[in-house]
Amino acid sequence: MLVLKHVSYTPEGNGPTDPILADANLVLEEGRLYVITGPNGGGKSTLARLIMGIYRANSGQIILDGEDITDLSVDERARLGIGYAFQQPPRFKGLTVGRLLRLAGGSRLGESEISSLLLRVGLCPRDYVDREIDSTLSGGELKRIELASILARDLKVAVFDEPEAGIDLWSFRRLAQTFGELHEQSNATIVIISHQERILELADDIILVADGRVETPRSKDEVLAVIRDEEACRCSLPTEEGIEEHVGYFRQH
Amino acid sequence: MSDTLGSIDRRLLDEIASLHSIPQGAHNIRKNGKGISRNSTANIEITPKADKPGIDVVIRPGTVNESVHIPVILSESGLTDVVYNTFEVGERSDVLIVAGCGIHNSGLSDSRHDGVHEFIVRKGAHMRYVEKHYGEGQGRRILNPVTVVHIEENASAELELVQIRGVDSTDRETRISLAKGARIVITERLLTSGDQVAESRITIDLNGEDSTAQVISRSVAKDRSQQVFYFTLNGRNRCRGHVQCDSIVMDQSHVQSIPEVGAYHSEAQLIHEAAIGRIAGEQLLKLMSLGLTEEEAEATILEGFLA
Ligand SMILES: Nc1ncnc2c1ncn2[C@@H]1O[C@H](COP(=O)(O)OP(=O)(O)O)[C@@H](O)[C@H]1O
Ligand SMILES: [Mg+2]
Repeated sequence: MLVLKHVSYTPEGNGPTDPILADANLVLEEGRLYVITGPNGGGKSTLARLIMGIYRANSGQIILDGEDITDLSVDERARLGIGYAFQQPPRFKGLTVGRLLRLAGGSRLGESEISSLLLRVGLCPRDYVDREIDSTLSGGELKRIELASILARDLKVAVFDEPEAGIDLWSFRRLAQTFGELHEQSNATIVIISHQERILELADDIILVADGRVETPRSKDEVLAVIRDEEACRCSLPTEEGIEEHVGYFRQH
Repeated sequence: MSDTLGSIDRRLLDEIASLHSIPQGAHNIRKNGKGISRNSTANIEITPKADKPGIDVVIRPGTVNESVHIPVILSESGLTDVVYNTFEVGERSDVLIVAGCGIHNSGLSDSRHDGVHEFIVRKGAHMRYVEKHYGEGQGRRILNPVTVVHIEENASAELELVQIRGVDSTDRETRISLAKGARIVITERLLTSGDQVAESRITIDLNGEDSTAQVISRSVAKDRSQQVFYFTLNGRNRCRGHVQCDSIVMDQSHVQSIPEVGAYHSEAQLIHEAAIGRIAGEQLLKLMSLGLTEEEAEATILEGFLA
């Protein structure tokens, strides 16, 4: 179980500014799948980076299975079983996909495991194992490799930051299926930051993040009913204004 | 013959040529300024030069899948070794030449090797040339190689120039001339640390019609080390040339990359790309988020970059 208590984050730099995440309180349970949604710039990635330790909370506490991890570094948290699939994964000249996956999954990862990981994210193993993670990869390919690097691990808490970005529609179905399987087959806490209804559908609970505020998780049915109501005559995906309206709804209730 | 090689010599040979003993095929092993083992084969003849230190290597036309090893090792402190080697790679042949210099300097005075290598790659031939430099010990190790390659019509060469550890000072000069339809690919890898200094100049003259040149240079500078790169492409005909150089700077190191691109023909297409910067913070964070410590993450990034 991962617990955030009164976590705030203000980036270092030029003088006092408003926190980009203020007084976040959250309880994320084992075996549940949470989807975080909300407008761009609302603080979703900041929340994920605080959980991973990439950003350090200015105040508050982060607790994993009863252990206070607030002061632990990124690699220490990783070794405790926290993982984060970056919204914008970095590229590495000279590092191959195979090597990255072996770094992620450890020595237990053999050739066949690497192949099946790549297949799970819709990449043909033969074409990708020896590819370098450099600028010759497209944005969508990079996102899939990032996803595979998290699926390679045995995690307690896995956070995926907009995994659908740059992925075509057909693969997107496959992607949703992959998350569904992961949820069924593991007891991990799964957190997916997403704007896509198909991903929202997978959620046990949905968490809205907007204006640096983290709302209490609500059941999927409750949230989707609101979204469907309001968007009945629009297309199926919530737009940014749509989400603002939902945030308004949750604030009022 | 192998009893002339001690354990230090074997380690040096392993580092520069992945050799654990005297090779079977064509070779010339030079130790502390003297040839200690030489072997010619039916197609590859190696003879010492009459007028100065060094060898002539003549590869007969049509020789394929053969290799020549010409490592140099210096294990005596305070030695300056200058050597001139000339290679003729016969028409239509396809060979691998492995050179390199390993220095073990346990003394107080400088150990220095200046190797001048000249190659003529004849019509339609292909040569792969691998040169590794390595140094160890307390004394200063200095390497100043000059490599000159003439590539004739429709011939090609691949040069792999690697200096990863232990050379205190290097001044490397590489000059290439390309005839009609000739091709060159140069891969350069350089790592400096401590107070090491390295200079590399690569000059390519694309003289012939449809000649092509590609240079992929990657380097890492650590501590207070300094590197300067000069790349010169001269397009004198319809030709294509592309230089990509990337450097990672760390600590208090300095790296300069100085391009010179000259077109002397309206159909010369020349590109120079250069990027210098430190390891991206996101790269370190990504690997740390997989459980690697910061040091392990850094080593992994550098190892991949210089592979
Ligand atoms: N390190 C940082 N320094 C300054 N501002 C930041 C930093 N990280 C994020 N922000 C800002 O905080 C806000 C929330 O960003 P982010 O968490 O990335 O939003 P989301 O992922 O919901 O789109 C944005 O306005 C963003 O520009
Ligand atoms: Mg984001």
